[in-house]
Amino acid sequence: MLIIDTLLIGLSSGAIYALMALALVLVWRSTRVVNFAQAGQAILSTYVGYEVMNRTHSYWISVPVAIIAGAVVAAAVDAILMRALAKRSHSGTVSEMAPVIATLGLLGLIRSVTGLIWGNAYLQYTSPASGKGYLIGKHTIPFSPQNLIIVVGALIVMAIFAVVFKFTNLGLALRAASFQPEISRLAGIRVDRIRTIGWAFAGAAGAVAGALVTPTSYLSPNSLDLLLVSGFVAAVIGGLDSLIGAVLGGLILGVAFAFILQYVGTSVTFSAAFLILMVVLFIRPRGILGSRVGRRDA
Amino acid sequence: MRKNRSGTKKAISALIFLAIGLCLLVLSNYVDELRAYQGAQIAIYVVAISSIILLTGFSGQISLGHGALMAIGGYAAVLSYSHWHLPMLLAFTFGAITAATAGFILGMAAARLSGPYLAGTTLALAVGLPSLANQFHILGGEQGLSFDIGEAPQWIAHKVGGDFSQYKWFFWVSVTVALFTMWFIKNLLQSRYGRTWRAVRGNPSAAALSGVNVGRSKVLAFTVSSALAGLAGALLAMLLGLVAPMAFTLTLSFTLVTGAVLAGVTNLAGSIVGAVVLVVIPEVTDAITSHLGSSEKITANLPGFITSALLIVTVIFAPNGPQLHRRKKVNAGDN
Repeated sequence: MLIIDTLLIGLSSGAIYALMALALVLVWRSTRVVNFAQAGQAILSTYVGYEVMNRTHSYWISVPVAIIAGAVVAAAVDAILMRALAKRSHSGTVSEMAPVIATLGLLGLIRSVTGLIWGNAYLQYTSPASGKGYLIGKHTIPFSPQNLIIVVGALIVMAIFAVVFKFTNLGLALRAASFQPEISRLAGIRVDRIRTIGWAFAGAAGAVAGALVTPTSYLSPNSLDLLLVSGFVAAVIGGLDSLIGAVLGGLILGVAFAFILQYVGTSVTFSAAFLILMVVLFIRPRGILGSRVGRRDA
Repeated sequence: MRKNRSGTKKAISALIFLAIGLCLLVLSNYVDELRAYQGAQIAIYVVAISSIILLTGFSGQISLGHGALMAIGGYAAVLSYSHWHLPMLLAFTFGAITAATAGFILGMAAARLSGPYLAGTTLALAVGLPSLANQFHILGGEQGLSFDIGEAPQWIAHKVGGDFSQYKWFFWVSVTVALFTMWFIKNLLQSRYGRTWRAVRGNPSAAALSGVNVGRSKVLAFTVSSALAGLAGALLAMLLGLVAPMAFTLTLSFTLVTGAVLAGVTNLAGSIVGAVVLVVIPEVTDAITSHLGSSEKITANLPGFITSALLIVTVIFAPNGPQLHRRKKVNAGDN
């Protein structure tokens, strides 16, 4: 029984990690940048959702608005910041690191902007779904309607992504542009525009993660920092450039966390994330579905 | 003959460092408490930023987690000071060694990783490590541990005479350590190790073919850099009078990276510029908020806003630091 309970907890948190990992992997594939600002973008879109909910008193209106906001913000980040960086790509020590440092700066910028607007206090962004576990027989399982929404929401996003990437021209263009930008350009794909669309998809996935997970805790300018780390670890487990790997990585990490929390203690969450990351990097640095050895120098 | 000349050069540079140090220490007699505090802050940032410059600018590795390494150094120094009653200097050294050990382990993983993986791993450390303080009773939880190195020793206070305040003493200690650090790094970069790091940064394959052990060289850079970060952490703990998770947030790590980028990551002397900017920013925002009427939202977030904006602007327009950029422009003008 306990094992099933733990699995359920892991499933729900794993779905959120998977969404975050998807966002990171999508950007990595097209731009070769780990987008640390993703936590900031997700926090910004969640604040937008919070604001909408305050006005309309409906969680169900606020979520789509937050998703659209997340997509728009991400597209803007690529169109403005990333293109500016690419255009002015100097040679020099920092130039390879410039995108990473820029996303870091952006994370700081968004955090402080949300703090300036909404303050640093913990806000409640609540969903109408109850956070109380379902009752099965006499046993309350640690899986609430909100957890159900999280899992279903994540599944919907993944299904949409799968359909778009596998069966549409846009998906083909997205894959081609990130796989071989030069050749795609020759084939008539507007690579820059396609890349921005890819960022928008990533931003939307991050926004879904933020909007779904925040009702289970609280909202503050840095409340998604830990999710960023978990998403990154999940993406690394999955190989960093595989979408399916990101989903699997998220689920594996979620379940692993749940078992560690259950059997080791609640206070080691972070250390566990870090240790899992180190273990993966030492044992299998290309992840379970990674295609290249790209992460190693030389 | 050549060896002789380089020896003279070294002696001269050591003398220059000594002279700068003496000037600063004398200067400290003419400033008030707040300036002494800020001076100490600048010296500490110089140590921390130059540790990043060493790592990023010369060995080509990135770290977003130096705030966490500072925390390790700070906690180790405080614990060794209050539990084992080590003298101050040894406590600082212990902090540096502990951080170096952590950095060595991290560096083992780091040496195998290229940019984004390393950035992510160190970020994970920066996000999570401070929360460890809540899990072990000995680390004192949110409140942290207090750290009081006491007043300046009698013989120094006596010699200088007059009013030898606490912050002035902190300033003395920090400046001495900062100068020593700069001198150490400067010499290290001119040594075999420095040349090896630059070779590895420039072209790892060529360096490996020339017989350089690329992995070992990277791990060494990470270890030295971590030791210096730990030293800076111990100094910061001294200045704040405590170590607490709040002092070593993710923001600190960001701030250090910003400082290093502003300094121009390959410019050791630039770390002073970066450090001054980082200390001036809160000063400026204080002036602004007192002008606008302060609200908590603004005082808490404006410094972060300015720091991040500066970081982004620098990375876009002068990724190798403002100074180098200018120098390049001058060269281009000559041609």
